[in-house]
Amino acid sequence: MAEPRVVVIGAGPAGIRAAQALVAAGLRPAVVDEGLCSGGQIYRRQPANFKRPYEALYGFEAKKARAVHTTFDDLSNAIDYHPETLAWNLSGNTLHLVRNDIADTLDFDALILATGATDRLLPLRGWTLPGCYSLGASQIALKAQACAIGERVVFLGTGPLLYLISYQYAQAGVDVAAVLDTSPFSGQIGALPVMASRPSMLAKGLYYRAQLTARRIPVHTSVIPLQIEGETSVSGVRFRTGKGKEQQLVADAVGMGFHLRSETQLADLAHCEFDFDEELAQWAPVADVDGRSSVPGVYLAGDGARILGADSAEITGELAALAVLSDLERPVSGQRVQKLRQGRERMERFRRGLAMAFPWPAFLARGVEYDVLLCRCEAISAGELRSSASQCGAPELNRAKALIRVGMGRCQGRYCGHAAAEVLADMRGESLRDVGRLRGQGPVKPLSCNTRMKVSK
Amino acid sequence: MLGRFVRVAEQDRPTVELEVDGSPCQALEGDTLLVAVLSQRNTLRQSEFGDGDRAGFCLMGACQDCWVWTPTGERLRACTTQVSAGLRVMTHPPGEDVWPNLA
Repeated sequence: MAEPRVVVIGAGPAGIRAAQALVAAGLRPAVVDEGLCSGGQIYRRQPANFKRPYEALYGFEAKKARAVHTTFDDLSNAIDYHPETLAWNLSGNTLHLVRNDIADTLDFDALILATGATDRLLPLRGWTLPGCYSLGASQIALKAQACAIGERVVFLGTGPLLYLISYQYAQAGVDVAAVLDTSPFSGQIGALPVMASRPSMLAKGLYYRAQLTARRIPVHTSVIPLQIEGETSVSGVRFRTGKGKEQQLVADAVGMGFHLRSETQLADLAHCEFDFDEELAQWAPVADVDGRSSVPGVYLAGDGARILGADSAEITGELAALAVLSDLERPVSGQRVQKLRQGRERMERFRRGLAMAFPWPAFLARGVEYDVLLCRCEAISAGELRSSASQCGAPELNRAKALIRVGMGRCQGRYCGHAAAEVLADMRGESLRDVGRLRGQGPVKPLSCNTRMKVSK
Repeated sequence: MLGRFVRVAEQDRPTVELEVDGSPCQALEGDTLLVAVLSQRNTLRQSEFGDGDRAGFCLMGACQDCWVWTPTGERLRACTTQVSAGLRVMTHPPGEDVWPNLA
């Protein structure tokens, strides 16, 4: 029998650990990754001519980042690596790739989707102004380009990244005007016992917070963000404190995000079954504990399957690879699988703690005023979406998309989809599950009209 | 304000000369096109839907809000494009008479 063709999409912690396990079993997987370098987002590498040490870039995670990078570098002769390559579509057992406008295909017997996540956003008046970035963007600017997004930055939103990135900016000497967390402090205290399932992770979170306080950076919880102010670019932030007092901050940049959302388009194009996850308040492809999707031969790992973070991504990447091997009837250590499953379960407990500590503020998305832009790509307001529900009777998101193009633009709903679902659910008096989710469409990212097929010689 | 982005480290790199909207623009080796432009300018481009200027948003190739163009009409995603000497970019889409060469 010919060697099974296993393809891993994504070269972050999940994809790298998956590739490693496949190589260890004697296979030669293909790894397709959009990045210029491997590492993914959280362990994103700086350009080769940058000199900052691992400790400066990744802090407490320096050792892990180095281990993940070294693992991948050591695999270079044992895998077929496709960097800077977008897997833009999937039909049957064929992936459609594009690199530098040259399109190609890649057939597979087993596919591991380790597609990662992006920031989860909700619209706020002024969020399209130059100077407003996602939290992830703020971190990439610093980590991969040694730049701050502005001179004086407000970080706004909720989730563990909010505190990590605020700390990293302060540590880099950037003026952090304030940290505005929409979650209540009481929830964070209440979640402590659950988050104690990962004591070192919890300790790090508390450390970042203590460091912000030590640097006299104001941290507000239970915040209601009102507006990102500015005429032609960001000049400040207006918000209401937990005690109901309105405040204004002067800043030339805002980093904003409400935890993460999974990149699930390829799982969708593979016809994987999805289910609504009430705890994460988002749709996720259904997978068993080892990462088998509902479609034979398609496996899910890392944050692209379920937002559990980088440590978990390493575990679920390896688990998915072992599931592939097991399904190919290759020998797999049952003990190893057990250990990984236990590790994953611990991550799950911690994630429940995070969800308690940093809830998705659905009420903010539902309360977005009519004239505020919901869709950044095509400047569609929340009011236009509301009319699609009330006047045109859009029963679910894909119909609303067809009617008013929300989610149709070039980001394909990545940055408006969650808020759009909330607004539509609010208008219809229904649950998020009822209004459904934006279906993934190929190409999963825009292709250049200059794209042409690879000519085989 | 010199630019929107503020360099906080790694400034000891060789420079690279680009051309943005016909004017010279000095970047550093290893910069993305987005960083090169925004370390000297306040904005990158205009929204195609008339709601003002934009300066990128996600920096990870997901939002597509940092599109710029070469003078011959090829589209570049500024956040994932590395600078190279002599790179010429336009922050407005080229006129309709300019289409990419498909040959």
